[in-house]
Amino acid sequence: MGLKTPLYDQHLAAGARMVDFGGWDMPVNYGSQKEEHHAVRRDAGMFDVSHMTVVDLGGQRTLDFLRYLLANDVSKLARPGKALYTCMLREDGGIIDDLIVYRLDEGNYRLVVNAATREKDLDWIRRHAQDFGVHVNERSELAMIAVQGPRARERAATLIDAHWREQALALAPFSACYAGEWFVARTGYTGEDGWEILLPAGDAAQTWEALLAAGVAPCGLGARDTLRLEAAMNLYGNDMDESVSPLESGLEWTVAWEPADRDFIGRGALEAQKAAGGLRRFVGLLLEDKGILRGHQRVAVDGAGDGEITSGGYSPTLDRSIALARLPAGAQESAKVDIRGRLAAARVVPTPFVRHGKVRIDV
Amino acid sequence: MQDILNGDENMSELPGDLLYTKEHEWLRKENDGSVTVGITDHAQSALGDLVYVELPEIDQELDAEGEMAVVESVKAASDVYAPIAGVVVEVNEELSDDPEKINADPYGDGWIVRIQPSADVDDADLMSPDDYQSFLDDLDD
Repeated sequence: MGLKTPLYDQHLAAGARMVDFGGWDMPVNYGSQKEEHHAVRRDAGMFDVSHMTVVDLGGQRTLDFLRYLLANDVSKLARPGKALYTCMLREDGGIIDDLIVYRLDEGNYRLVVNAATREKDLDWIRRHAQDFGVHVNERSELAMIAVQGPRARERAATLIDAHWREQALALAPFSACYAGEWFVARTGYTGEDGWEILLPAGDAAQTWEALLAAGVAPCGLGARDTLRLEAAMNLYGNDMDESVSPLESGLEWTVAWEPADRDFIGRGALEAQKAAGGLRRFVGLLLEDKGILRGHQRVAVDGAGDGEITSGGYSPTLDRSIALARLPAGAQESAKVDIRGRLAAARVVPTPFVRHGKVRIDV
Repeated sequence: MQDILNGDENMSELPGDLLYTKEHEWLRKENDGSVTVGITDHAQSALGDLVYVELPEIDQELDAEGEMAVVESVKAASDVYAPIAGVVVEVNEELSDDPEKINADPYGDGWIVRIQPSADVDDADLMSPDDYQSFLDDLDD
């Protein structure tokens, strides 16, 4: 038996198929995974993401600490409530985890990191926090519900006390605010508009029920995966891990090179990689033949060698198979994917595949 | 079918005129001596929405328990094994355009192949409906 979120009973009552995910018993789907996917693209769906790890940081030198710990520059967060996506790197540039950092009030910050990497992340953060006198406070008493889709905010807003509702609805993308004991962030992992709501575990069950009543469809980790794949959002452990740097994971945009005198963990290694060149490309693939692309399939590129699919699957929005892949430097725009010994034609396409309900590639 | 299929949802009635495998395939003896093969309701439910089916060629020879087809769902790819040795005489071409027929009607429109067996079906390692139901019940424990 794995760990249970505060919404475990709701999942069982809704007929969820439960699977182990990073030590947690989580719903993979309730009914049709495709229907759950479409609910998020077309209306509103919700995900229990209470398994994710929330860590609050405080202390006078917290900003200095985070500017050293993280590859993106937390000083970009101009005011409380702003959020930033970033990698946390080893000295050699390998990715320990990807995370979102929120600026809270009074020099405090909040990190949301992956569940499967919780222990090593906390060890790493605590080890370096000591040198800066930063307090590390895991908030395991909080639940988290992601409400996603074009009508997600409108449907979920009915649950927010009128006193805070307008402020919550006025949030810009990648911003957050408190609504009483709730922390409402306009972030997500689906490529759609929506909120991620952090709330006391004791509120989670009745909030879930109220969202159901407001017409928000319960969605499992299966739909979460196809949605984030269409949005070309990386999944830690599949698309990147400690053996690769952000520069080979499509995440250079999250590395803040400027100001040049900011020393962050992994900076030297990334600069050396960039100077050396020959970096592998992280690309989107669209399968042109029949079949389904899957993680770990070999990608053969004429004249450039072999690469590998890091995440692949069926795209319900496109009704085609898509993938993210790491290909050799100098790779061409077409490739062959080894699907059980058959070489299937695939095309390199710009990402994301889908964003805000719209197909963004030529199919 | 593979070990992804250990799970719940054994509530549905099993057709009484079929034989079953531990890999969650079903087999129906036809009047002309051929057998029709598909995957069970338990299997389709565990796999989730099917999105692609790789079918064998007509006239392809199959070994008992050899790989015969591949069914891919939104979650994963799974092999379908031949419940009996023989030759493929017909495949359900409609699955190419509409793999979800397997979800909607696993024992009917969602059939996968028809095989002319090269061995006696009665000698094959197959389960009666009652035995398969017990097998499913044990998976839950």
